[in-house]
Amino acid sequence: MTSSLLGARGWAALIAASLTVVVLIPLLNLAVPAENLFHLSDFYVGLIGKILCYAICALAMDLIWGYTGILSLGHGLFFALGGYGMGMYLMRQIGLEGNYKSELPDFMVFLNWKELPWHWALSDSFVAQMLLVVAVPGLLAFVFGFFAFRSRIKGVYFSIITQALTFAAMLLFFRNETGFGGNNGFTDFKRILEVPLGTPGMRVALCVTSGLVLIGFFVMARAIVQSKYGRVLQAIRDAETRVMFTGYNPVAYKLSIWTLSAVMCAVAGALYVPQVGIINPGEMSPAASIEIAIWAAVGGRATLIGPIVGAFFVNGAKSWFTVAFPEYWLFFLGALFIAVTLFLPHGIVGLFRRRGRSE
Amino acid sequence: MTPDLMEAGAKALAEHRAREAARPRFVSEEPYFGQGVALYVEDITVSFDGFRALNALSLTIDVGELRCIIGPNGAGKTTMMDCITGKTRPDSGTVFFGSNVDLLRLSEPQIAQIGVGRKFQKPTVYEQLTVFENLELALKADRRVRAALFHRLTGAQRDRIDEVLLLIHLKDEARRTAGLLSHGQKQWLEIGMLLMQDPRLLLLDEPVAGMTDEETERTAELFLSLEGKHSLVVVEHDMKFVDQLTEGRKKVTVLHEGSVLAEGLLSEVQNNEKVVEVYLGR
Repeated sequence: MTSSLLGARGWAALIAASLTVVVLIPLLNLAVPAENLFHLSDFYVGLIGKILCYAICALAMDLIWGYTGILSLGHGLFFALGGYGMGMYLMRQIGLEGNYKSELPDFMVFLNWKELPWHWALSDSFVAQMLLVVAVPGLLAFVFGFFAFRSRIKGVYFSIITQALTFAAMLLFFRNETGFGGNNGFTDFKRILEVPLGTPGMRVALCVTSGLVLIGFFVMARAIVQSKYGRVLQAIRDAETRVMFTGYNPVAYKLSIWTLSAVMCAVAGALYVPQVGIINPGEMSPAASIEIAIWAAVGGRATLIGPIVGAFFVNGAKSWFTVAFPEYWLFFLGALFIAVTLFLPHGIVGLFRRRGRSE
Repeated sequence: MTPDLMEAGAKALAEHRAREAARPRFVSEEPYFGQGVALYVEDITVSFDGFRALNALSLTIDVGELRCIIGPNGAGKTTMMDCITGKTRPDSGTVFFGSNVDLLRLSEPQIAQIGVGRKFQKPTVYEQLTVFENLELALKADRRVRAALFHRLTGAQRDRIDEVLLLIHLKDEARRTAGLLSHGQKQWLEIGMLLMQDPRLLLLDEPVAGMTDEETERTAELFLSLEGKHSLVVVEHDMKFVDQLTEGRKKVTVLHEGSVLAEGLLSEVQNNEKVVEVYLGR
């Protein structure tokens, strides 16, 4: 009930995770020489950083799906919007070093535009653009959620609408006139906050930041699900009518957690883009959003730690599979999802919990 | 009418309007029970695709009264509860809580907040939460998001939960997950959740369905102990249970095809020709 936030073992694990992120990764990458067995290559730093961003999405998915029972198949949209927000700033940081040596981003020169469109007005300011990273997806989620939840759209209908939403946004972003670089999106970034990207130091810094943000979000999510508010969310998942007839207005609860979840994804997107060096409408594809749900399901819903484990497991497998057997990856992913649904309703984490209990 | 009386009247009206305007949107006005009536249902009609589930139904429940409602399947018992609790809006008619609160104006959560508790036919509890947590969520408290985020149980609230746990015989199950309870225990838990809300009016839809004889007996005792403090409306098919609750002196209402067929003592309605016909078929 009013137990402490994590418990002794939980805090120990949290400190271990923080030390790994802040000390171990930088040390193994930057201080250990490349020929040493324990050296962590730049490739792996990039991979870990990327997966840490995915894990944030999986955690956000757990709050809305695992705890509140609302399956979103459009979370990739919020991730991409956060990424585009960061991408706009990074495009402006290129300065005059683009292919056309122009003040404007290359794709605008290519389209023969003479000045920045209105929605790029704040793109020179890091602070303003980071506020937009949070505000735009947050506002979109709030407005969409307000109408959807007020109209009592539930279950599979809600999932389908979110899927349609991200698909519609993808088509919109594919268009050149929208001013987001069309199907090429943004790429060829040079620096962030005047500091060059692509150096080992920057790679580690971005990876560490992603890790710290994930840990911060995890602690926040833990506090949320342990509060009475979190128990109301679970009550909505299990018996929403009972919640209503007990005097709670589920709309306010769903809307708040839905918006928070969207904002978490947006932050993940903003951290992701400088690490992978590209953002395009592909991130808004329906498949990208479905993958987030798969990470959460594979790891174990309504456990917080499960979806993080799931994100690492699935994406780790993906990076190995797509090298070893590139054409079989999607078959494997599908098989994995079916296997988890049939045999592991509580995901990977559930497997360990059950073992632990029976011993 | 003298001018000063008119002025006083105008002033009273202005004050009334100011009060109305200042009323918070979510928490509605306090219901007034001074006239001894807890619930007025007047002339409500509900049709679903041409089928009249309720047909000009009228019913009055007094403060502290325990009223049993019986009737064959499809008589409109559940639809009536839906109308009182805001789940269904009737096509016509009025529903008042106390003598002043128009329930048809309010949403389900608002109706629950002003003191109408409802138990469903199929027990609905939060299966993944513990029995204690189920009761905690039902506890009368600020229902807004911010309040729930920073909520801490006070000693008095903890005592109240313990008290209800004893009352519903689930003291030893407090830490168990509600999904693991037996059917009868879930019914009790849901009744306990209603009591946590401290409602003025309890609507109970087949509360002893699926209970053992002993559990049914204890439920009857519990309801009889609540009589007086709360108004209770019990919809039930189990005549033995109804007989126990009415103690041979309370009114029973028989619904049929969406309106009241008969009202009176159980022994009277059981001998009523129309009632016998409805129950036994023509």
